[in-house]
Amino acid sequence: MLRSLQIEPEKCTGCLQCEMACSYQAEGVFNPSKSRIKIFTFHDEGRFVPYTCTQCTEAWCLHACPVEAIVINEATGAKEVIDDICVGCKVCTIACPFGTVNYNQETAVVQKCDLCGGDPECAKACPTQAITYVDSDHSGLERMRAHAAQNLPQDNA
Amino acid sequence: MKHVIVGAGPSGVIAAETLRKVDPTSSIIMIGDEPEPPYSRMALPYYLIEKIKEEGTHLRKGASHFSNKDIDIIRDRVSTVDPKNKSLNLEQHDAINYDKLLIATGSHPISPPIEGIDLPGIHSCWTLEDGRNIVKKAKPGSNVVLMGAGFIGCIILESLALRKVNLTVIEMGDRMVPRMMDQTAGNMIKSWCQDKGVSVHTSTRVEAIEKGSGESLKVKLDNGEVLDADLVISATGVAANIQFLEGSGLETDAGVLVNDRLQSNISDIYAAGDVCQGKDFSTGEYSVQAIQPTAADHGRIAAMNMAGKDTVHQGCVNMNVLDTMGLISSSYGLWMGTDGGESAKLSDNDRYRYLSLSFEDDVMVGAQAVGLTQHVGVLRGLIQTKLSLGKWKDHLIKDPTRIMEAYLANTQAIGHNAGVI
Repeated sequence: MLRSLQIEPEKCTGCLQCEMACSYQAEGVFNPSKSRIKIFTFHDEGRFVPYTCTQCTEAWCLHACPVEAIVINEATGAKEVIDDICVGCKVCTIACPFGTVNYNQETAVVQKCDLCGGDPECAKACPTQAITYVDSDHSGLERMRAHAAQNLPQDNA
Repeated sequence: MKHVIVGAGPSGVIAAETLRKVDPTSSIIMIGDEPEPPYSRMALPYYLIEKIKEEGTHLRKGASHFSNKDIDIIRDRVSTVDPKNKSLNLEQHDAINYDKLLIATGSHPISPPIEGIDLPGIHSCWTLEDGRNIVKKAKPGSNVVLMGAGFIGCIILESLALRKVNLTVIEMGDRMVPRMMDQTAGNMIKSWCQDKGVSVHTSTRVEAIEKGSGESLKVKLDNGEVLDADLVISATGVAANIQFLEGSGLETDAGVLVNDRLQSNISDIYAAGDVCQGKDFSTGEYSVQAIQPTAADHGRIAAMNMAGKDTVHQGCVNMNVLDTMGLISSSYGLWMGTDGGESAKLSDNDRYRYLSLSFEDDVMVGAQAVGLTQHVGVLRGLIQTKLSLGKWKDHLIKDPTRIMEAYLANTQAIGHNAGVI
């Protein structure tokens, strides 16, 4: 059964433990700027929003790659960058409309979330369960319900 | 059903693979005139710096990729198309018939009308063979003149500089990459390259090229200067490969004219990629974009329609990303802005940072970035989804760097917005 990262921003406290865990897993250093998951801060509203690749079905990055350096991991469904094949042309970074593939100038290849091969560190590091790794069929259900409720006529809501 | 694809670049390959998926029992033939397995021109700069070997440029890895998918590749050139008999005449092979035909022949570098442009020692940088020739001639210490600082010229700059040649760039526009970036960005890229030891002449033309002593050349500029060159690289633009379609009845302009199904004026013939004058998302007009993501989209959509699965092409966002000797720039959509539209700009010349966003009402329609590598794709997302930014437009005008926040605030159910707490 495919699993996905479920992100519930309302539970995020902005502690950045996910960024630290991701950076350590992916690059071997504790450096949030190397993280594949990012916390965006909304100071005015006092909100924090974790955001990373949704492993979208459309896979814009994969289709834009000229050298087949982005492939689907059949076990996890993740779109993974093969560093040895990536030439660093960056076409995927402008093709991904979610902005979740980034070029790393130090390694000269692109980087994106690969779900840590099926055991995502960000979800394990999150102390408030703002990031969980759940059955794909269930991710986003609460938000869909809330969104649907918002769109109901006022007197029925 | 017999599908024939002329051209073995990204568009042709993606079309062939898509056809195999959606029309499994069809026969698929792809015709390409270069001797190598299908490869990517996008990867050539990385071959020049020896980051990858030739195989690294191949579009698909594994020698049996195409035969596994039962896609036949014929190495030949199509000389003429005969739509009446639904057949193609090849230069070396017998004529072949088709039920559906895809023209995906790409483009070729154009030679500027300059005296001496045919002399030996002048190369374009377009094919793997060109790449091999440049590798041979661009020796450390040799004098290299690069004509044209457009996208292709700029993308090979680094590979030349890394080969430790004495490099001079001649561009007739008033800045570098004039068709991709504005004055501020184009000049920022120019000063970056000059800082790295490349001599860049903008608003300058090459008037003539003459033989010098031995194998060297003399390049005469319109400002009177004469440069010695061991190698001249011509990167002054490309044009669609449509010559062979003359007399076929297929309507062409800058490329093959198509409708929003990528279908030409002849119903069984489609076009895709650099040779196709397809719909532009931003303008709604039909133009040749000649970029990788567009080639990929065209290939897929044309194939769907060839297989009888009606698919409308919404238009491609024109976009480019460029690495000039370590300075990364990108542009999207109507990056030059629109009449009456607002814009947000942030620039820092000393640190080589620039971000420019263009709006129509509260929708982003174009963007340019220099020195930005994080989350740049969201610029495409904001443009292509025509997201209504509401109050976030004003936030972006104050601080254009908050593009991800603008996107998230308007698309995600966040906190109290979501109504789940």
